[in-house]
Amino acid sequence: MFIINCPYCGERDQQEFKAGGEAHIERPKQPTELSDDEWAEYLFMRKNIKGVQFERWNHAHGCRKWFNVARDTSNDEIKVVYKMGEKPPLE
Amino acid sequence: MKKYSLYSLIKNSFSYHENWQRAWRDPIPKKEYEIIIIGGGGHGLATAYYLAKKHNIRNIAVLEKGWIGGGNTGRNTTIIRSNYLWDASAGLYDHALKIWEGLSQELNYNVMFSQRGVMNLAHNLQDVRDLKRRTHANRLNGIDAVYLNTEEVKKFCPIINTSPDIRYPVLGGTLQRRAGTARHDAVAWGYARSADEMGVDIIQNCEVKGIKRNGGSVEGLETTKGFIKTKKIGVVAAGHSSVIANMAGLRLPLESKPLQALVSEPVKPIIDTVVMSNAVHAYVSQSDKGELVIGAGTDDYVSYTQKGSHQIVEGTLSAILELYPIFSRMRMLRQWGGIVDICPDASPILSKTSIKGLYFNCGWGTGGFKATPGSGDLFAHTIANDEPHKLNAAFNLNRFISGDLVDEHGAAAVAH
Repeated sequence: MFIINCPYCGERDQQEFKAGGEAHIERPKQPTELSDDEWAEYLFMRKNIKGVQFERWNHAHGCRKWFNVARDTSNDEIKVVYKMGEKPPLE
Repeated sequence: MKKYSLYSLIKNSFSYHENWQRAWRDPIPKKEYEIIIIGGGGHGLATAYYLAKKHNIRNIAVLEKGWIGGGNTGRNTTIIRSNYLWDASAGLYDHALKIWEGLSQELNYNVMFSQRGVMNLAHNLQDVRDLKRRTHANRLNGIDAVYLNTEEVKKFCPIINTSPDIRYPVLGGTLQRRAGTARHDAVAWGYARSADEMGVDIIQNCEVKGIKRNGGSVEGLETTKGFIKTKKIGVVAAGHSSVIANMAGLRLPLESKPLQALVSEPVKPIIDTVVMSNAVHAYVSQSDKGELVIGAGTDDYVSYTQKGSHQIVEGTLSAILELYPIFSRMRMLRQWGGIVDICPDASPILSKTSIKGLYFNCGWGTGGFKATPGSGDLFAHTIANDEPHKLNAAFNLNRFISGDLVDEHGAAAVAH
């Protein structure tokens, strides 16, 4: 339970948002050429980091826009909020 | 190791129970072990126990970063059942249930296994169809299951509100009479005591910091108590499995999320079974101390905080109150969270990896406690023989590449 600073609406309670999981997982450019191993990596394998992780969130009960968050999963502290399409901040 | 018996209880009462033998040693880690188990919860301790007992390997260490049974083993709601839909899951969980039935005698330790039955409720037509289908599937697999209509549900557990006017009316339910609960701490302690007796070193307050590899095989572990050499490592680290996997340069198909539970103040016996509801996500039983034990859901984001959000508890309690109006004035005593490692198909992983000598037992998600004895037995088999047992062959890591998933989401009688 924490506060998320939506880049469009400002600070709101976490329960207004939907977690979208790990960010910056790029959709395969040529899906027909992918091996089963590469599909498994893309679809299922996750970093699941204990520490600062880059993830996607959606303001589902607000503006309904997607954005990225850098959050420390060991204490739920949010480091940075940045918009979709922007590069992850270097820590 | 002295055997626990009525005689030893009477004998020790004369010395005011001050001279009981320690249940397990507190050894200093050796330089090398044949097998090291990472994680001293129920599954890890059971793995060490069956490695020693059935495979006669005694040079084993169990490393635990905190104290044994202090993680999810001591945080779950103690429910044991095997009414899973798919054949692979039914085989796995019923194997565990059969071991539960003789576990106290086998370990000479009372795990307080109580076959009080587990009832799953249906609240809409789809639930009714799904539960009937699962009842048939269970019976084809030799697992006891009956379907109950609303009157039979009410008769089996009279405090349930079966009024047709409630938001999610009770349309029926399933009952597995062999299912029930056990004392979760006792399971860890019982396995620890018996494993220790056979020579297993249980090393507490010892956190793993790194895995040393020589090319494609493991060589040992960097820990807070120094480097320990080994050729085989069994990782049974629940919510922290991905953290250990990262040390070996592996990624797993897991997400770690907080799952919450809570207990009420103790009251006189009021509910003599376990009732679960998938649709409204509320389940409740009563501990032998008299507390109502209530399980809530997971948060939908990755977190290692062992806390969880308030609205999850609020949602569960509102469902409990509608189903059991008699609990309206109960006060809650404690609330806590545990970190559960959830697989995309809500089924566990008991598997070899691409690295020789590195094995993972993880992905039990929100329902691992019930499998503890079976999981330990099958994981011990997998490590000892470097091959899975036929009962856990389907639960390999390769299924995420082949696509042969054991999809228990929503099929396993409870929301994961």
